[in-house]
Amino acid sequence: MKEYDIVIIGGGPAGLAAAVSAKKNGIKNILILERDKELGGILNQCIHNGFGLHTFKEELTGPEYAEKFIQQVKEGKIEYKRNTMVTDISPKKVVTAMNHEEGLFEIQAKAVVLAMGCRERARGALNIPGYRPAGIFSAGTAQRFVNMEGYLPGREVVILGSGDIGLIMARRMTFEGAKVKVVAELMPYSGGLKRNIVQCLDDYGIPLKLRHTVVDIKGKKRLEGVVLAEVDERGKPISGTEEFYSCDTLLLSVGLIPENELSMAMGVEINPVTMGPEVNEILETSMEGVFACGNVLHVHDLVDFVSQEAATAGKNAALYVKMGNTRKRKGKKILLNAKEGIRYTVPGAIHVENMDENLMVRFRVDNVYKNCYINMYLNDERVMHKKCLVLTPGEMEEIKLIKEDLLSYPNLKTITLKIEEA
Amino acid sequence: MEERNFICICCPMGCSLTVVMKGEEVVEVAGNTCKRGDIYARNEVINPMRMVTSTVKVIGGRENVVSVKTKEDIPKGKIFECVRALKDVKVNAPVYMGDTIMKNVANTGVDIVATKNVECKEA
Ligand SMILES: Cc1cc2nc3c(=O)[nH]c(=O)nc-3n(C[C@H](O)[C@H](O)[C@H](O)COP(=O)(O)OP(=O)(O)OC[C@H]3O[C@@H](n4cnc5c(N)ncnc54)[C@H](O)[C@@H]3O)c2cc1C
Ligand code: SF4
Repeated sequence: MKEYDIVIIGGGPAGLAAAVSAKKNGIKNILILERDKELGGILNQCIHNGFGLHTFKEELTGPEYAEKFIQQVKEGKIEYKRNTMVTDISPKKVVTAMNHEEGLFEIQAKAVVLAMGCRERARGALNIPGYRPAGIFSAGTAQRFVNMEGYLPGREVVILGSGDIGLIMARRMTFEGAKVKVVAELMPYSGGLKRNIVQCLDDYGIPLKLRHTVVDIKGKKRLEGVVLAEVDERGKPISGTEEFYSCDTLLLSVGLIPENELSMAMGVEINPVTMGPEVNEILETSMEGVFACGNVLHVHDLVDFVSQEAATAGKNAALYVKMGNTRKRKGKKILLNAKEGIRYTVPGAIHVENMDENLMVRFRVDNVYKNCYINMYLNDERVMHKKCLVLTPGEMEEIKLIKEDLLSYPNLKTITLKIEEA
Repeated sequence: MEERNFICICCPMGCSLTVVMKGEEVVEVAGNTCKRGDIYARNEVINPMRMVTSTVKVIGGRENVVSVKTKEDIPKGKIFECVRALKDVKVNAPVYMGDTIMKNVANTGVDIVATKNVECKEA
């Protein structure tokens, strides 16, 4: 069986950045496994601009951003296999994969980085009655059709869900000559980035209907239209508010879920809120030497943060290969509590002695909060009170923990984050 | 004095910008995290600009289409003219990132460049 120091599952931005960082930290024997025919992951279909300003100080499209990392992988002579699907990872870190040339094969890894990304929620997860005619796509599938295959799925479009991919596709389909009639969002706020609402809907006069959902689908063979209705506080349609929209295409942009079948089969503990692995201060999962980063860990909206997080995971995988578990889990475990208004934090628990000087904790809020404060408590004492103009569930937030402050705090047991409305 | 509010779209941070105007003149820009926000806000009140991204057809390539962008931002009012100009463009493979696909699109003085590599289809 072939052996590698680090095997990285997935060649998207997370996998690429993890590989580059592991290499910089002294590991030579690295392998990236990617099931698609190209490296770059989902960025290959994100042809719009707006990537990488924070990392490269220039504004790139998805494929251009990916290319920067692919170049670094090539310059570093890091090995990768494309068209290669990982089918299993054993608790002893034997990776089983398959491709056309080699068939089914096994690789022994000293450390594993999980970077499988996420996938879109399926239509089945939605509760839409009626027939299932042709013309209903997930927004990401439509993005792939238009941007990579050059095929326009329809001419009259309704979009359900205001996630970023749906917003981007509203503009993209408009450019291709389709008429996007409306974007309907169940929640009272959009799940997408503000700039996408401005740049993809407002610029083109596409209405966004908040608190609306699809209650009926018309058409048997091909979609002929949908009925939208307003919903009440509990998300139930209000009768009498139904409105018919004729359309031949319905795009669903109703969220992403981390792709963790492999992680779960391996025995990695999954956080029920993020649907990604539980990780500690070094982005190590519940299994020793197995790290996670990018969308497989929690859904990110900015690829810049994916790259940063992946660099941390890659560095720690490298340290693990060099030092084994000697630096692992020193000291006691401190829980990070996500309280009022905070849905989750990544990581969810840390060992302070084992931290780098600083640690970025990323989190999402559960609602839109204006003029509020992010509060942090060490045990019961408030140590941070940061004013924020606006927090929305669509945008990931971060705070920095400083090792020294935590170490010098007497008898630290818990770190709690809360939103306080002004 | 008049106040106008914008969301900076130069990067995904999406800072909320406030521009204080005195007649046609910008007095102050607030809310930006970096200098691009300041520039954006000033342009947005005077001459809004956008980068346009799309695809054009490729002949003889491993993919059917290649992604492209305006090399710089173009006036917002020119977006559709630009998109229409790209409609029937076909390029021959191979195409490489940064290749110029069209010069001076819609008379904006801005070129269209490829943002991806498309190799020739293997014979
Ligand atoms: C459809 C879609 C559109 C998006 N649009 C935007 C956007 O417009 N702007 C933005 O900033 N962010 C966008 N994002 C988010 C952003 O692109 C992601 O944050 C980023 O790509 C995540 O990187 P990743 O490496 O974690 O995942 P991915 O890019 O998804 O990469 C994961 C890779 O792992 C591979 N893989 C998975 N399972 C296996 C396996 N078993 N064996 C081998 N390989 C495997 C996949 O093929 C894929 O290449 C989008 C995400 C999605 C899903
Ligand atoms: S002001 Fe700077 S950081 Fe804020 S959105 Fe604009 S470009 Fe991004």
